[in-house]
Amino acid sequence: MIRMTGIQKAYPTGSGPVTVLDGVDLTIAPGETIGILGRNGAGKSTLVRIIGGAESPDAGEIKRGMSVSWPLAFGGGFQSSLTGLDNLRFICRVYGVDPEACLPFVYDFTELGVYLKEPVRTYSSGMRARLAFATSMVVDFDCYLVDEIVAVGDSRFQTKCHEELFVKRADRALIIVSHDPGFVRNHCQKAHVLRDGKLHHFDSVDQAFEYYSEYMA
Amino acid sequence: MSSVAQSWTIQRRVLGALLMREILTRYGRHNIGFLWLFAEPMLFTLGVTALWSIAKLHQLSSIPIVAFAVTGYSSVLLWRSMPTRCITAIEPNLPLLYHRNVRLLDVFLARIALEAVGTTISFVGLVLIFWGIEWLDFPENVLKVAGAWLMLGWFGASLALFLGGLAGTSELVEKLWHPAAYLLFPLSGAAFLVTGLPPAAQDAVLLLPMVHGVEYLRDGYFGSLITTRYDIGYMAAWNAALTIAGLLRIRAISEKVRPE
Repeated sequence: MIRMTGIQKAYPTGSGPVTVLDGVDLTIAPGETIGILGRNGAGKSTLVRIIGGAESPDAGEIKRGMSVSWPLAFGGGFQSSLTGLDNLRFICRVYGVDPEACLPFVYDFTELGVYLKEPVRTYSSGMRARLAFATSMVVDFDCYLVDEIVAVGDSRFQTKCHEELFVKRADRALIIVSHDPGFVRNHCQKAHVLRDGKLHHFDSVDQAFEYYSEYMA
Repeated sequence: MSSVAQSWTIQRRVLGALLMREILTRYGRHNIGFLWLFAEPMLFTLGVTALWSIAKLHQLSSIPIVAFAVTGYSSVLLWRSMPTRCITAIEPNLPLLYHRNVRLLDVFLARIALEAVGTTISFVGLVLIFWGIEWLDFPENVLKVAGAWLMLGWFGASLALFLGGLAGTSELVEKLWHPAAYLLFPLSGAAFLVTGLPPAAQDAVLLLPMVHGVEYLRDGYFGSLITTRYDIGYMAAWNAALTIAGLLRIRAISEKVRPE
């Protein structure tokens, strides 16, 4: 169980502090699949970083009763001058996984071949996405945080992600952040909408979808 | 497993991973790779030793020039390289802070450890090599030399934490550190013995904490050959103050640093 209460976060900007999250409450039960919808810049990624522990809230409390992945997003998590393999090894060491044992899976899943021995800075965003996804599958988490990354890959990548996340890891909790309601609708049991720093909770995905469509219109 | 043991395991894993990551980006897998870790400080010290020998700096004191240069310049490298590496530590490691267990402090500790290992191997290696070819005598009191080396290392580490923490919020630190380090070098005791200076200058130069470390080191190395002046309590007070200030500063900025 992950329980967040009264999460507040503001960032300093040239024109004063901007509040991104203004009292967000969220509970994630084991095995639950939750979608978080919001427009660009609504604070979805900030929320996910706080859940993952990459950032701390200004106020509020977060209790993590299960292991949580780092946010699977386009940037972040990789040191760009290291090769893909060295980044994989770094992450494996940090999380206590034997790096060599997971190489076959990573080669197979990413299909990056020789590029795995090249610096990550030379990767396209699609290649980074594949590496990020494969790396996080190597570590066994109770809850995965997926920040847009799946929705953008090509269909082959999406099929593989689907297999890994929703079939093989169907018992894990999942938080999917997206501005694409279709993806959330297809994959999540619940959805919430982040708007003006508040998280609006809904009992069903359809209700969230309706609210989000009206808000976007 | 208790939570302390668990935290210790995670801490060890993170520091080990960061050390490997630093070695790889800094030295790569080309030519001699990680051997540069101590080859670089060795080359520095060798160059300075050669220069000082030619410049006949030893006429200023009664002690052998090679041992004088090796003890002096190795000391400088020890306290100077850690801050230099730590003031630029945050930026390239920002993406790694995405991983919850990787903390800003770990990034600093990994860089400090790497510099400590490199400069120590360089110092010990040069002493052994020169001793082997009889260019210098073995230290009179090895324990004292080791104690002084630890004190200088602690000084470097505490200064690195303090300046690294400050550099997280101010670009000025990086701009000012290089001229400051350059100016501190001739004052640091590496190239003179305190008792060789006029009395007024002695008291002034002994305000600098690293001078005490270098004097202590040379007391251990040359012992009866020279007279040294140092107060290890004074140096320890500086080190402790810098360590505490550094740790507080790092704790304060880790809330503000945003992973990339």
